[in-house]
Amino acid sequence: MIYLYLFTVFFRIGIFSFGGGLAMLPLIFQSVQSFGIMSAHEFSNLVALSQVTPGPIAVNAATYVGFNYAGLSGAAVATLGVCVPSFILVLLVVKFIEKFNDSMAVKGAFNGIRPVTIGLIGAAAVFVMETVLINGKLFSLQLFTEGADYFNWIPIALFGATVILAGAFKVTPVKLMLIMGIAGALLCG
Amino acid sequence: MRKLRERKENKRAFKESGAFQCLVLFWEFFKMGLFTIGGGMAMIPQIQQVAVKDRRWLSEEEMIDCIALCQSLPGVIAINSATYIGRRVKGIKGSLSATLGVVMPSFIIIILAVTFLGAIGDNRYITGAFTGIKAAVSGLIAVTAVKLGRQSLTSPFQWILAAAAFIAIAVFGVTALWAVLGGAMAGIIYTAAKKGREAEK
Repeated sequence: MIYLYLFTVFFRIGIFSFGGGLAMLPLIFQSVQSFGIMSAHEFSNLVALSQVTPGPIAVNAATYVGFNYAGLSGAAVATLGVCVPSFILVLLVVKFIEKFNDSMAVKGAFNGIRPVTIGLIGAAAVFVMETVLINGKLFSLQLFTEGADYFNWIPIALFGATVILAGAFKVTPVKLMLIMGIAGALLCG
Repeated sequence: MRKLRERKENKRAFKESGAFQCLVLFWEFFKMGLFTIGGGMAMIPQIQQVAVKDRRWLSEEEMIDCIALCQSLPGVIAINSATYIGRRVKGIKGSLSATLGVVMPSFIIIILAVTFLGAIGDNRYITGAFTGIKAAVSGLIAVTAVKLGRQSLTSPFQWILAAAAFIAIAVFGVTALWAVLGGAMAGIIYTAAKKGREAEK
């Protein structure tokens, strides 16, 4: 019953994936390994592939593992497994919030949550920067001690160009990603 | 003439129908899935562009609520936000359409890559392009944070909370869920205290 197997493994990954993105890789690795359906070497292939393909990493992983083990229908079942928890949970929580929307507690809570979310988005920008612009953490002393090798100058230039074009000239996200993708292929490739 | 008018009316009726809205959801989220590169947060600038500006599915404030929820719930962020926004627009059917849309690109591309390429990760131009795209994504998210901050942070209380959350997450590695729960607590206490002070006057 490989299908049930794949569904369960990825359902679990879907439930326990907090934070998203690369933070999920260890969890994905542990899960698929404990079920004995993936070697470390294959996993490194998956990581490499996830990094050069678009889409959420969990969905990439589900499709990859499912396809390798049970073809197209395996890929579909594993992907379904990873989606279902998000789907159910979000619908339940939204329903709950709507029901208590007028209560003082929910209103008060959102007064606090909204500003926190702004900080959270700022922090997300920092995390993505740390994967491409610098070789380590942004908020560390290494920034001053490591010298020029700590910084990836071409991506930093592309970052600067994006900030100016998006901030001042209102160029849309998709256009900017295409422009910087081409620039990256030519300059970093 | 009459035929032409009929056709026009049919077209309009179709555009106002639920099926059309589901198609639009599918298509918009398909595009977002295609450009979700470098983690689920890469969707935020696109959600702002598509759902708030172009399609007016959400107000800016509703979008912030959506991000808070999608970040603090377990699950894949891209699917969380597709489910949330889809439901806002067209109920469960909307959720299904948007989720299907956001998943499809990954699904197709991974299968194509495994079948035909195998070693796509070794191509230096592709790696270079993705480096450039991730640089753009970090810039786009930063711009979105500043834009949203300028619009929605109005009181000192809000500024302090935003700064505290930023430092806690970016510098000290606190999980988003704890930051959001902390913010909810602070918000409840602050709102209650304010109410209390107003009642005293």
